[in-house]
Amino acid sequence: MSDINELYQQVILDHNKKPRNFKVLDTANRRQEGYNPLCGDQLVLYLEMDGDVIKDVSFQGQGCAISKASASMMTAMVKGKTAAEAEVIFDEFHRMVKGEMDPATEPHHLGRLTILAGVREFPARVKCASLSWHTLHAALAGQDEPVSTE
Amino acid sequence: MQTAQETKLTINDESPKFDVESIRRDFPILGREVHGRPLIYLDSAATYQKPQVVIDAVSRYYAEDNANIHRGVHYLSQLATREYEDARVKIKRFINAAESHEIIFTRGTTESINLVSNSFGRKYIKEGDEIIISAMEHHSNIVPWQMLCEQTGARLRVIPINDAGELLIDEFIQMLNPRVKIVGVVHVSNALGTINPVKRIIELAHSHDIPVLIDGAQAAPHFKVDVQDLDVDFYAFSGHKLCGPTGTGVLYGKTAILNEMPPFMGGGDMIASVSFEKTTYNTLPHKFEAGTPHIAGGIGLGVAIDYLTGIGLDRIAAYENELLEYATELIGAIPGVKIIGTAREKASVLSFTLDTVHPHDIGTILDQEGIAVRAGHHCAQPVMKRFAVPATARASFAFYNTKEEIDKLAEGVQKVTAIFG
Ligand SMILES: Cc1ncc(COP(=O)(O)O)c(C=O)c1O
Repeated sequence: MSDINELYQQVILDHNKKPRNFKVLDTANRRQEGYNPLCGDQLVLYLEMDGDVIKDVSFQGQGCAISKASASMMTAMVKGKTAAEAEVIFDEFHRMVKGEMDPATEPHHLGRLTILAGVREFPARVKCASLSWHTLHAALAGQDEPVSTE
Repeated sequence: MQTAQETKLTINDESPKFDVESIRRDFPILGREVHGRPLIYLDSAATYQKPQVVIDAVSRYYAEDNANIHRGVHYLSQLATREYEDARVKIKRFINAAESHEIIFTRGTTESINLVSNSFGRKYIKEGDEIIISAMEHHSNIVPWQMLCEQTGARLRVIPINDAGELLIDEFIQMLNPRVKIVGVVHVSNALGTINPVKRIIELAHSHDIPVLIDGAQAAPHFKVDVQDLDVDFYAFSGHKLCGPTGTGVLYGKTAILNEMPPFMGGGDMIASVSFEKTTYNTLPHKFEAGTPHIAGGIGLGVAIDYLTGIGLDRIAAYENELLEYATELIGAIPGVKIIGTAREKASVLSFTLDTVHPHDIGTILDQEGIAVRAGHHCAQPVMKRFAVPATARASFAFYNTKEEIDKLAEGVQKVTAIFG
């Protein structure tokens, strides 16, 4: 049986309660919306790109603890990284929450994001954890349409 | 002359104990475990569990009687036709329709409503007309009408609700005018549990000669519906929410109005004769039943209805009311819980929020305890917006649920509170 406390770890609950970078970013030069139609979760991601570098990033929106914490941790993670570096982390993160990559045994650049590995035991919640990342991915691709996890 | 003993038996028959334990044994799935805990199924508003008699009827049909209906002289085809048509008669009796041909088999409530919006809509609704629905409709009684409005230039109008989740009937009266061509209202709200005063709504609409469609998806399983007493023009419901197989549903319509309507889908069975010059449509109900239907499902639905009427809809309603009252009190008393939908007249649905905890997190934590509830917008996003919540957690109760299960739900909700601090 998967342990519920694996999913709702203190760090995640803390990011849920006090999400980092949870605001409108006045200096943003990219704005991307993301939806999870199944849950009604929605997110707006703001990016300030300096050439290829994510100079600043923030988000707003509503969703469950997993989606909020994941978005919060993502913003902290990618700030200052290049788009290419962020894409690598996106790919690793995605594979981790889908259970395709085990951060305990495989090399990765996920750092503290591994705390969200527990999500892989809860297939119904994978989309919650990855919504913000899909949104970032779309923003970096310069996509204008809102992205959806469906 | 009655003996003393007979009298005593009669009294017992009138108020026998509701033997939920024996009822639960009729549902094989209720014996299974989820995440290592006994399943506590509190999501019947999404779909009902199926009693063994229904499961058996479906597999027996395939094992012994399978053939296509209405199109064979051979023995099995006639047998299958008879069983399918018997189911139609059972449904007719179940909702007290005047005629069996007023019972049209569909895939579910959604298809039933789409049938009306397409067929009735195509014939009677044009630019400038109005269609009235309510603020607590399921998406299946919103979107088909919106699509019709887009096609025709008609206008959708919405009866507002109060903070308890009750329709504002005075507002509805103000909305009635000669441009209104149909009114569509849900009998019992799947998101709030409200039982709407549909008889009064129908009376009011009829006083302006406006026909009414009632979405009975959540009403039919919970209490006795009498379409003649309601004088309703269209009544839609789903078989799978009545202990029947998925992919089955019903549209009831009055003969006179159905006869005037064009077919919805074209194909086999719905025609009297076809040539490339002209096709003559079949009579009711076949005009609206193109193609091979879900025969096993229809037969299974007939058995489900026998099963429900065997228990008695009045007894089901009384028992479920007890469960709802018990749950409302117990869950409502947990600090931080807010019940969404507090209408005076309610059925079997308890929608709630818990402080700032998102309903999905509630749903996942309860799921780990073996408790199945629905978390989300319940296909009623306008209702969520009305109550300014993104989603709710919803426990819905059927006659096979118990107070002990509601105790477990309360413990589960308390666990959520403990985790989120
Ligand atoms: C009130 C209401 N109307 C319509 C529907 C749609 O029913 P179905 O999905 O069986 O077509 C539902 C099902 O959730 C419902 O609760």
